[in-house]
Amino acid sequence: MNTYRLGEFEEIVLLTVAVLFDEAYGVALKKEIENHLGRKISVGAMQSALRRMEKKGYLKSRFGEPTRERGGKRKRYFTVTPYGKKALEYAKDVRLTLWKAIPNNAFDFGNT
Amino acid sequence: MKYKTPIRPPKTATRFLRWFCHPDFVEDIEGDLEELFLERVSTRGKRYAGWFYLLDVLLLLRPSIIRTFFDLYPFTLKHQSKNSFHLSSVNMFTNYLKIGWRNLLRGKAYSLINITGLAVGMTVAILLGLWISDELAFNSYFKNDTHLAQVMLNQTQEGITYTGGTISVLVADPLRNQHGDSFKAVSLVSFTNSHLLAFGEKKLSGNGLWVEPDFPEMFTLSILHGSRDALRDPSTLLLSQSMATALFGDENPVNKTLRIDNDLDMTVGGVYEDLPHNTTFFSTKLLLPWANKANFGNRITTWKNHNARLFVQLADNKLIGQVNENVKGLPTPYIEEWKEEIMLYPMDRLHLYNEFENGKATGGKIQFVVLFGVIGGFVLLLACINFMNLSTARSEKRSREVGIRKTVGSGRKQLINQFLVESIMVAGIAMVLSILFAQLSLPFFNSLADKKIAIPWTGADFWAMILGFTMFSGLLSGCYPAFYLSSFRPVKVLKGSLRAGRHTIISRKVLVIIQFTVSITLIVGTLVIFRQIQFAKDRPAGYTRAGLISVFINTPEMRRHSEAIQHDLLQSGAVQNVALSSQSAAHFNNNTSIEWRGKDPGFVEFFRNVNVTPEFGKTIGWTIKEGRDFSGKFATDSGSVVLNETAIEMMGLENPLEETIKYREKDYQIVGIVKDMVTQSPFEPIEPTVFFMEGFVGVFTIRLQQNVPAGDALSRIGQIFKKYNPDAPFNYSYVDQAFDRKFSSEKHVGNLAGLFTMLAIFISLLGLIGLASFVAEQRTKEISIRKVLGASVLDVWKMLSTDFLILVGLSGLIAVPIAYYFLHGWLQQYEYRTEISWWIFALAGLGGLFLTLLTVSFQAIKAAVTDPVKSLRSA
Repeated sequence: MNTYRLGEFEEIVLLTVAVLFDEAYGVALKKEIENHLGRKISVGAMQSALRRMEKKGYLKSRFGEPTRERGGKRKRYFTVTPYGKKALEYAKDVRLTLWKAIPNNAFDFGNT
Repeated sequence: MKYKTPIRPPKTATRFLRWFCHPDFVEDIEGDLEELFLERVSTRGKRYAGWFYLLDVLLLLRPSIIRTFFDLYPFTLKHQSKNSFHLSSVNMFTNYLKIGWRNLLRGKAYSLINITGLAVGMTVAILLGLWISDELAFNSYFKNDTHLAQVMLNQTQEGITYTGGTISVLVADPLRNQHGDSFKAVSLVSFTNSHLLAFGEKKLSGNGLWVEPDFPEMFTLSILHGSRDALRDPSTLLLSQSMATALFGDENPVNKTLRIDNDLDMTVGGVYEDLPHNTTFFSTKLLLPWANKANFGNRITTWKNHNARLFVQLADNKLIGQVNENVKGLPTPYIEEWKEEIMLYPMDRLHLYNEFENGKATGGKIQFVVLFGVIGGFVLLLACINFMNLSTARSEKRSREVGIRKTVGSGRKQLINQFLVESIMVAGIAMVLSILFAQLSLPFFNSLADKKIAIPWTGADFWAMILGFTMFSGLLSGCYPAFYLSSFRPVKVLKGSLRAGRHTIISRKVLVIIQFTVSITLIVGTLVIFRQIQFAKDRPAGYTRAGLISVFINTPEMRRHSEAIQHDLLQSGAVQNVALSSQSAAHFNNNTSIEWRGKDPGFVEFFRNVNVTPEFGKTIGWTIKEGRDFSGKFATDSGSVVLNETAIEMMGLENPLEETIKYREKDYQIVGIVKDMVTQSPFEPIEPTVFFMEGFVGVFTIRLQQNVPAGDALSRIGQIFKKYNPDAPFNYSYVDQAFDRKFSSEKHVGNLAGLFTMLAIFISLLGLIGLASFVAEQRTKEISIRKVLGASVLDVWKMLSTDFLILVGLSGLIAVPIAYYFLHGWLQQYEYRTEISWWIFALAGLGGLFLTLLTVSFQAIKAAVTDPVKSLRSA
């Protein structure tokens, strides 16, 4: 069976890449993720997730034009591939299925 | 954006990032980090931003971001174009390993020789590494070891300074009182004495030291029960853990009462963890309080009497040099005859730098550490040489592979890498084996070297050493084949016109010569060490040590009944003679100065002084040269002395038997001159000795009856001692064994040198087997044609063996001056030494030749007897 391996943090990064669409490069991604999660994340953790997903084929990347404020270094923009989109959908479906499968009284904490 | 001065992130961090980061990612990640950095500079300041930058860089150290291991390799970093290589590097790396593994399997015999040789070499390196680190860590068990020092004594007479660790007890108090700010603690320590401990019915003996109360704190003893301060009470003692367990089992021994030497009741104040084997006080089982009245040391209170050791702990802010200047003159005013100064000597140097000349440390055991380091390095080198020789010798087999690889596009650097990876792989396999060998041989090694070493499985240093050896031998043995093989021209090798060039054959020969030069030098060295030991052992003793036993008086009962014991012993029939003396006939500890008529006032010489009973000479079997022996018949003999030849010569007396000597204000008549006896160091000249027939005696010296079996005699003697001394076990020692212990240091060195020599020879011969079989294989066709044309097996054998014999012969010639130079230097430290005679070299050389012939012949004959038809047709 074709399964998509996607960790929780990876999923968040991947979603954020989709959110930022054309502006998804390192620093922007980091800020966006921090905004949504409400906590700091390290460049290392994020970059490592990005490279892993690129290797798996969920992401692809391209270089932008060099700008002055980064000491002339180019930005690397990430975009989600169709395969990445499938992985995201798969992850979402799994979750939804699980949510739906929860019996009605499972979260009924009032009586205990 | 405007910059007044461009603010840049920390350079070192950036450089580090560029080093470890995968080159495909480095540009944009660095850009991201810089952007974040500038933002933080404007919000939080430069310093804050710098720290965060560094933190971010460190957090980027993740598997998916760093280069692969192989990319970090310096060769590729410099020379490979970045893009083409990195993508495939992991694959290439696994490919190298795979090819290497297949090669190992294809030439099983060669691989076996290679790996065995390397494993043996590395085992030697590991064992010696452990030995060296154990020696270097001597006394490091004491946590303050850098602030601890022993107070040594420099005695100067006629411009020559003698340094020793035996000191007058009076030195301690001025150090404490007048120089208190320089020292944190001061403790007198007695010499090791055997004591008898009794708890109820249980009786044990163990080595003890009398020490002052600060001792446990100074030497950071780890206390398991009780208190470090226990010795402040002169009736309490400290036991080592092993002694406590032996006496009390699992019970807590604190506050239990023990009887010491059947005389003294003492309370156990605490138990300390046994001191490790590599500390100065390693054999100590009990610590006794200095202030106790039973301690002889605290009764003797003159400056001239040296009978204790003194250790100090410097105050934290003091340096040993400064303090030394302040205290060194302390004993000088009290002694007129010679100049006496004290010197603080650091505890961490005490063991390895234990020889002094004119008041300065000149070395000592550290020489052995260096020596064994060199030997270990050489043995490892020999194993690496095997590897190099066999790989280059077999290079033709792999030349096709090199040709194909180059044709398909492999660069030279990649080939170099490939061969290096292969050799590191072989070294890795050998290392695993060698750790196993080391673990298995450690008990044997420990008994040879008198050590208690264990492999520190959890020590980072140990694994660093292991890794170091693997990389060292892998790279060393791999580099020559790597550069040689990778230099092949593909066109030539593929056309088949490549023949190993002359220079490789020559360099192979040079390497064989190096191997055998080292081996033969080691053989000569081992022979000379053992000759020197034997030479000193064969030195005419002047008395007969065999069949002589000493029994030390250790209880008051024994002393009281000494007359009766002697009488009963002689009656028992097991004993030929018995006498009492102040010291064992295996070694005379004491020395003193005496006066005589006509003595030059500036002349100072210490005489060994021994107190004996009249039967002593007869018992040990000395020879009287002039005059007469002591006799119990003369009532006046308590005023007589017997001197040895050396003493008479030194005193310059013309008619010695008419002279008297003065000792402790009393005159003694010289009645006899005894032939010199070797009782002190077997390597040193005889010392002047004077025998008195009065004074304190503490040892029974017993000559066993020759026709009674020793076991029988000893049990009869034991019964007599039991009868008069029922509360103590019967302990005795053979004089010849006690004397032999003086060779222990030489023996251990000899044993180790012998072992490593054998291993070095083994490795070298292993290499020869490989080379000989290679040569035989390569020349199969030639041999067959020669045989067809009428050569005999003998001719072929001669042809194949001669080459190797010439090489080994050459090595022998080179080894002679090298070995002579080093051994001549080594022997200089002994006053009484053997000559390095020519036959030792001859023996070593012929031995080398013989072993070579044996090894090579096996291969040569095998090649010579094969059927020529088979080998000729197979082509």
